[in-house]
Amino acid sequence: MPDDTIHPSLVYPGVGAAARRRRPLIRRVLQRRSTIAVFMCLPLLTIIGGLVIYPALYAIHLATLNKGMTKFVGLGNFTFLFTRETFWMVARQSAIFAITAVFFKALIGLITAHLVNNLPAKGQRKWRGMLLVPWVIPLSLSTLGWWWMFDPTYSALNWVLNGLGFSSVPWLADPYWARFSVILDNVWYGAPFFLIMYLAALKSVPEQLYEAASIDGANAWQKFIHVTLPMMRSIIAITVLFSLIVTFANFDIVWVMTQGGPRDMTHVFATYAFKLGIQSGDIPLGASVSLFMFPILAVAAVFILRGVHKRAKEM
Amino acid sequence: MATAELVAGHARRRALAGSLQRNRRWALILSYVFLILFAIFFLAPPYYMLVTSFKTNREMVDIATNPWIITRDITFDHYKVLLHETDFLIFFKNTIIVTVCVVAITMVVSTLAAFSLARMKFWGSVGIATGIFLTYLVPDTLLFIPLFQIVKGLGLLNSYWGMVLVYPTLTVPFCTWIMIGYFASIPKELDEAALIDGAGYMQMLLRIFIPVALPGIIAAMIFAFTVSWAAFVYPMAFLYRSDQLVLTVGTVTSLVRADVFQWGSLMAGALLAAAPPLIIYAFLMDYYIAGLTSGATKG
Repeated sequence: MPDDTIHPSLVYPGVGAAARRRRPLIRRVLQRRSTIAVFMCLPLLTIIGGLVIYPALYAIHLATLNKGMTKFVGLGNFTFLFTRETFWMVARQSAIFAITAVFFKALIGLITAHLVNNLPAKGQRKWRGMLLVPWVIPLSLSTLGWWWMFDPTYSALNWVLNGLGFSSVPWLADPYWARFSVILDNVWYGAPFFLIMYLAALKSVPEQLYEAASIDGANAWQKFIHVTLPMMRSIIAITVLFSLIVTFANFDIVWVMTQGGPRDMTHVFATYAFKLGIQSGDIPLGASVSLFMFPILAVAAVFILRGVHKRAKEM
Repeated sequence: MATAELVAGHARRRALAGSLQRNRRWALILSYVFLILFAIFFLAPPYYMLVTSFKTNREMVDIATNPWIITRDITFDHYKVLLHETDFLIFFKNTIIVTVCVVAITMVVSTLAAFSLARMKFWGSVGIATGIFLTYLVPDTLLFIPLFQIVKGLGLLNSYWGMVLVYPTLTVPFCTWIMIGYFASIPKELDEAALIDGAGYMQMLLRIFIPVALPGIIAAMIFAFTVSWAAFVYPMAFLYRSDQLVLTVGTVTSLVRADVFQWGSLMAGALLAAAPPLIIYAFLMDYYIAGLTSGATKG
């Protein structure tokens, strides 16, 4: 037998013994293998179980208690929230904030990704690095910079507007401008994430498809509609849904810039929950507010998962 | 006749190629113009923070001057105030301790888990992998109130060790997820060879998987670093004594006073606090982006 001409033990001393006791050893290895695997997963499962799943269930429990956390009130916190005008305003503002911001992030990301992709290959890295800066600065810190640009007296943005002949804008004093300002900050921070995702997806579109489209006489716009978009459809869907979750749950911008004001009109679920739960000390009510994010996030998560599986099959 | 046609065709083709080239040049010029506009939008806030941090208070409150440039003296006073008269260095030290611990915990936990999930298929391993991805989608703002109660119950409220406990929930799922992808792409022949050589699973992980998947491990480390450096909700909720604060919360809460003259130090603090992620990213951007985009595109 050719296998015996060079026995493994000649090359690798110590293997021979294992090879001779092959049958029982394989069974033992198989047994051991799954045990080892479970042990290797154990720290991860502990963290997820103890610090994600347990708190999530605990939040549901907390939401059914009264303010002093001494009495079970059932759905009392929820029915109380439903009667509050502020709560509905927060829900509306969270939706406006997330949808508008994600739309513009995706749009700017798509445009800038195409622009960068148009450049000669050796310049792309530099531009990508430059455009990615907002996304690397911790959000709470860059929001301080925006806050300072929106300062009522010394606003550097108003200085530019005045120079261009426009009148000053009450960025954070007027509730509607304040809503615009928090969205602007979020678009600024999040668009680079879309840029890198779309740029990576653009690079994965095979060049032959564009060549074939050129031969068929397609112009740039037709190539975009009929080649680029279909090829990027699932990655666009994944990125948008993912960003929808993150934006919907955003806390940093509103908390640093407006703390929910003026007149609670910039509050989103996260900041409103923080205000009620931590600042006012009504833990059950805060937990109830943050639980409202759950169904919306769960729906988005299901669609993301489907998109990821589809994308994995396409690749 | 035939040659004349050939020449004419040649000229036509050259004209067409010329117009294509001209189109392409225009497209390039337009791309640069718009990219410059976007770059101004993206870089204006950090640039303005930098300018503010070196500007004298007198110039800052002078409304007549251009706020975007420094026309008079450059001053380092804001940085001196920040480093000598505030707790900024304590925040920095706390953040480094928390981040180093969180990155270490994350890497150990997620490397082990990713290895076992990518290579040692066992009952429920596919379900766990999906579950990890779903966990990554659970935002911190959904969990901070129950975690507040849990951290309080453990006596870790107002201690940065509480952050070491809760930050891994932000880092571990995604790091495990991208490392599963990297480990799964390593050819099976390599581990078969290792098994034949009599290597155990730990040896296999340490000698083969970690070195081969090093780019993925670096990407995961940068992610864990960035996330724990920038975390805001948890420290905002769980920390309030200034000797325990981390940089993000410390800069935002304790350096903000109702006094307009604090702006310089505030911007200096924000920039210094943002410097470590910026520096790391400047050197390791390619690893980071490769890790992020592969995590999202390959699954």
